[in-house]
Amino acid sequence: MGNVEITYAEAIRDAMSEEMRKDDSVYLMGEDIGVYAGAFGVSRGMLEEFGPERIIDTPISEAAYIGTAVGSAVTGMRPIAELQFSDFVSVCLDQIMNQAAKMHYMFGGKINVPMVIRSASGGGTGAAAQHSQSLENLYAHIPGLKVVMPSTPYDAKGLLKTAIRDNNPVIFLEPKLLYRVKGLVPTEEYLIPFGEADIKRKGEDISIITYGRTVQMSLEVADYFAEIGYEVEVVDIRTLVPLDTDTIIESVKKTHRAVVVHEGVEFGGFGGEIVGLIADKAIMYIDGPIKRVGGMFCPIPFNPYLEAEVLPNVERIKKAVWEALGDLK
Amino acid sequence: MVNNNKTIKVSAPITVGVPEEFWHNTELLSKMLRYMYLVRYFEEKIFWLFAQGLVHGTMHLGIGEEATSIGTTFALNDDDYAYATHRGHGQAIGKGCDLDLMMAEILGREEGLCNGRGGSMHIADFSKGLLGANGIVGANGPLACGAAFSCKAKGLDRVCACFIGDGANNEGAVLESLNLAAAWDLPVMFVTINNTYGMSTSIEKVTRNSDLTKRAIPFDMPCYEVDGNDIAAVYSTVKEARARAVKQGPVMIVEHTYRISGHSKSDGNLYRSKEEIDHWKEKCPIKNFRRELLQRNIFSEEELDRIKNQAEKRIDKAIEFAKNCAQPKTEEVLKNVFAE
Ligand SMILES: Cc1ncc(C[n+]2csc(CCOP(=O)(O)OP(=O)(O)O)c2C)c(N)n1
Ligand SMILES: [Mg+2]
Repeated sequence: MGNVEITYAEAIRDAMSEEMRKDDSVYLMGEDIGVYAGAFGVSRGMLEEFGPERIIDTPISEAAYIGTAVGSAVTGMRPIAELQFSDFVSVCLDQIMNQAAKMHYMFGGKINVPMVIRSASGGGTGAAAQHSQSLENLYAHIPGLKVVMPSTPYDAKGLLKTAIRDNNPVIFLEPKLLYRVKGLVPTEEYLIPFGEADIKRKGEDISIITYGRTVQMSLEVADYFAEIGYEVEVVDIRTLVPLDTDTIIESVKKTHRAVVVHEGVEFGGFGGEIVGLIADKAIMYIDGPIKRVGGMFCPIPFNPYLEAEVLPNVERIKKAVWEALGDLK
Repeated sequence: MVNNNKTIKVSAPITVGVPEEFWHNTELLSKMLRYMYLVRYFEEKIFWLFAQGLVHGTMHLGIGEEATSIGTTFALNDDDYAYATHRGHGQAIGKGCDLDLMMAEILGREEGLCNGRGGSMHIADFSKGLLGANGIVGANGPLACGAAFSCKAKGLDRVCACFIGDGANNEGAVLESLNLAAAWDLPVMFVTINNTYGMSTSIEKVTRNSDLTKRAIPFDMPCYEVDGNDIAAVYSTVKEARARAVKQGPVMIVEHTYRISGHSKSDGNLYRSKEEIDHWKEKCPIKNFRRELLQRNIFSEEELDRIKNQAEKRIDKAIEFAKNCAQPKTEEVLKNVFAE
């Protein structure tokens, strides 16, 4: 049993390939995922291994192929549909929100919809307003969808394998700036269950609750504070739905202070849900303001300086931590 | 997905004659008539239950469209799939959904087909291949492609019939599906129930060329056209279209009919005249079929009435059954948000 160092994109590819080798009903479809290997090269080599009947280039018809995934899922397949950019959910949301998410409930629990929608998410690439959004909260608001946003290659692989085996529609969001990030992954098979947050760093003084691309930033912030004598705990929730509320609550009960960080727009964002949870279950333990750091309430601008301005960054997280530390300073 | 790049010459819509043998299968003929009556009574009676306050919410009745629902579903194999529309009671009954359980669903009961969670617009019975009615117009196009995809991937000789209205033909999801199904040779049958209206809007008002058969042409898809008030013609057409779809990929069928009932519970009929409705009442598909069966001396008037009365009794029994079913428990409201 050892580890190998692979990128986030390779971790996703390995998870898909392993599951496809095991289960004939798993297939991948999306725009330009075959020879082109997807806009981010995630499916490189898969066409060669699995052939065009299982690695399927679709027409540029998101409603049609996401709906095809749903219809095939209820009739015995386990599709993985790649939505090239998560922003494109706008043209196929009906199939996700009104169809996939509701079928199990609306039909009395008599049918399952085992499918995964993988999608490149988030900004930082200069792709501007329609190719840069972090829309995880939009999905998390719809009962019936599971929502996953891994921050490391290890998490991405283990969670994607779980997603493929799950009997519900799973939205699997891949921050595009993470695709090239490397990390250690076991050579042995492993799965990571949904609804289990991962404490990426232990600390006693303050909790940062986060997920996705801002996990790495939060760890940098923790390093900075460690040098000046504060121990920051970084909780990576990993799955928004189901949410591991216990780990969040235990962490803030221990540290008495919390900062919630994500890339998605702060206003009306998922961070508000976490703050609400803390207010409900642990308010008596909290010794300072609960701070949120998220994207500004603004379309993602093209200009690189402006884009950097609207997205969360290490400096802004540090500032929030200082504020949340309050009288501990 | 590999398509065979075959070009299918598409020009005029195909019409299919009714073979003489059709009239020899008396068992099928009586079953068809019985089912048309079952659909008619099912809908008339739920409307009445609605008026009494026993059914809540809304419902879309297809009175006058029974030859399309029964003729089409009867031409499918039992293990074929179908996606119904929001006006799908007849399509569900024709596909074999249990009448008691369907009625219980309309009344929102726990024993209903969907445990009272779906209602009229979301009737589904997977054991019968009825993959669901839909509240979103045209959303079943992509879903039907998916079911057909499964058939193809598993090498099953099955098709998926996708019922759409004339109005649904203008939904992007449907147009995308026509292309995807054709590109991938999927065994989907796009069955347009052309009752000429989407709610109050006549198809002529919202499209330049209201001949919906033409929609097949750009996708190289064969298109069948049929009088949707003539069940013999509908059945024969769909049989032939099905045989083609299972071998060659998608087909379109346009069935011309008329919705005598209002669009849904509230419809003042401001968009159409009484004369128009009366004209179509004369062309009622059940009347048509009865006349034909009598003229051909297949059944006597008494036999036809017996079929009719039995159907009415069957629906009354379904109502009795449904009324005696329990309401779902409120403490179970969160059950089945997610699958295990
Ligand atoms: C996406 C969507 N748009 C609008 C509606 C409201 N609506 C329900 S039925 C209907 C008419 C549909 O017309 P058609 O497809 O011809 O079917 P018909 O009602 O005639 O059977 C409309 C507009 C809806 N349910 N879904
Ligand atoms: Mg119509």
